[in-house]
Amino acid sequence: MSRAEALQAPAAPDAAAGPGRPNPLWTFGLLRSELVTTVRRWRTLALLGVLAAVPVLVGIAVKIETRGGSTAGPSGGDGPAFIAQITNNGLFLVFTALAATLPFFLPMAVGVIAGDAIAGEAGAGTLRYLLVAPAGRTRLLLTKYTTVMAFCVLATLVVAVSALIVGALLFPLGDLTTISGTRISFAEGLGRALLIALVVAASLVGIAALGLFVSTLTNSGIAAMATTVGLLITVQILDQIPQLHALQPYFFSHYWLSFADLMRDPVYWDDLVRNLGLQALYAAVFGSAAWARFTTKDISA
Amino acid sequence: MDEPSATEQDSGDAPAHVIATRGLTKRYRGGQLAVDGLDLTVPAGSVFGFLGPNGSGKTTTIRMLMGLIEPTSGTARVLGRPMPRATRAVLPQVGALIEGPALYGFLSGRDNLLRYDAADPTADPRTRRARVAAALDRVGLTAAAGKKARAYSLGMKQRLGLAAALLQPRRLLVLDEPTNGLDPQGMREIRALIRELASDGTTVFLSSHLLDEIEQVCTHAAVMAQGRLITQGAVADLAAGARGRLVVTTPDAGEAARVLKEQGVGDVTVDGDRVTGEPPAQDLAEVNAALVTAGVRVRGFTLERASLEDAFVALTGEGFDVAG
Ligand SMILES: Nc1ncnc2c1ncn2[C@@H]1O[C@H](COP(=O)(O)OP(=O)(O)OP(=O)(O)O)[C@@H](O)[C@H]1O
Ligand SMILES: [Mg+2]
Repeated sequence: MSRAEALQAPAAPDAAAGPGRPNPLWTFGLLRSELVTTVRRWRTLALLGVLAAVPVLVGIAVKIETRGGSTAGPSGGDGPAFIAQITNNGLFLVFTALAATLPFFLPMAVGVIAGDAIAGEAGAGTLRYLLVAPAGRTRLLLTKYTTVMAFCVLATLVVAVSALIVGALLFPLGDLTTISGTRISFAEGLGRALLIALVVAASLVGIAALGLFVSTLTNSGIAAMATTVGLLITVQILDQIPQLHALQPYFFSHYWLSFADLMRDPVYWDDLVRNLGLQALYAAVFGSAAWARFTTKDISA
Repeated sequence: MDEPSATEQDSGDAPAHVIATRGLTKRYRGGQLAVDGLDLTVPAGSVFGFLGPNGSGKTTTIRMLMGLIEPTSGTARVLGRPMPRATRAVLPQVGALIEGPALYGFLSGRDNLLRYDAADPTADPRTRRARVAAALDRVGLTAAAGKKARAYSLGMKQRLGLAAALLQPRRLLVLDEPTNGLDPQGMREIRALIRELASDGTTVFLSSHLLDEIEQVCTHAAVMAQGRLITQGAVADLAAGARGRLVVTTPDAGEAARVLKEQGVGDVTVDGDRVTGEPPAQDLAEVNAALVTAGVRVRGFTLERASLEDAFVALTGEGFDVAG
């Protein structure tokens, strides 16, 4: 019956249109499936679990250290000195937790998800079935790209929300003092926290694009993840070597901590803009490289 | 196929040949020539057996047909459209099982199918669940649909892979060794399923190295060896191409063998009271008469039909072994 119709269908002008006319919106079914599938992997859940645990550990550590009534914090570090303010205002735990996870935990989690995106499917053989479905190579890559970006946002929000909850439970909340010394209301502080979370998520775009490109190069998910995380560590180390200072502005991690400038009053935009521009550059360059590679690659796994 | 029919195909008429390749060649990056100048023609409505020993290039050919790998040279047309250029238009009408099933172990069987169906932008999400349920039912997996695919047995995975190929009505099914890992009952079910699909008009392209499997279900076949096509055509013709064997049953085996050799029967072998050999060019009635004249008591005198295996051995001149 329906099969017979399918056989008749070729009489239509386009032999390939198949039975019925597909709705353009159906193309997003793959994105939905990809998002759900990613979140259902135990690996994703484990990474998010680790990220959620960091603020808890930091919060408890600060609480214990200040139980005697002394003010917390190793002063004199040149990083954002948010940690000293946590005891006054739990909201600072959000900034502290993001500052603590941005150099390694967050990009590592993104590197794992991005590295596994294509290579993991290739290694498992599911890639060939997605492609003969046919998912379409460009469409599949865009779907993976979008999903990795969504994971950047999700991972950052997990840290921020966990920190906000722990901060509210362990410490007082209220008006806060910016780095510049001015007072802002708690509501405005929350707004800045959200803005900072989004900037942190955007800071991860570079490593996400890099990981996705690496992922198109191999058929082993583990190899792609390890390479991406290895690149992350290498770049972090190179960023510390003074002799390389001419190159450092091009390292994806170079302006990461600029998010703290959002806590100045007025906000100091220069490094923030440089950071976002650099991330956009990485996204464009490695996104194109991933596309060029993936659309011409022999899928033989 | 000549030029006019090729343009006809482009205009969208149902192509006479569901798969047509010309000079299709694949050399892997390592230098391995896996497929060498393949001219394959699969007629519409056929159950086409694609036969060859391990490493003869069957899977490589299928990967090129499905647009997964780029041919080194030559062209491939599937459903009248060039591959891999027309994958988006062609593949929704093609169900494929390539080199065994591949599944998401952490998803249930049903969720695996839902995901593969979602990957097809022409698949209607409103009917998705119903189509998935129907496909599961078709391969006998309904009871295990909720189980994680990681916990599936090899045969269950194979069935789920088949189900993925059956999510939509297809014009072409490409099945790479579909009965691999199935129990005898499962094999029978798959063969029945293939016949049923074929009777509905679906063309089935079936690769296998099991000769009797091809013989049982296929109407047409092609034989590959070391990347080259050795022959293709209707199964009946292929088997006829290899001459059958003459079998004489007699208590006087020694005498019978002598007479048969005299009559020009080649490769005479004696096994108890069975004497077999390659039938000679002359009329078999005269061979029989000669036996009787020589006083050989003949209990049986038959010509055993050649099997595809005989055809294969005759064609390749060798056994069914992997080339180095
Ligand atoms: N990815 C690859 N890279 C290099 N060589 C390959 C690759 N895949 C297959 N080959 C080689 O190509 C040849 C054909 O392999 P193919 O998988 O097409 O054989 P097959 O007919 O499907 O065999 P089987 O019956 O074992 O499935 C073999 O010699 C094999 O070693
Ligand atoms: Mg094979």
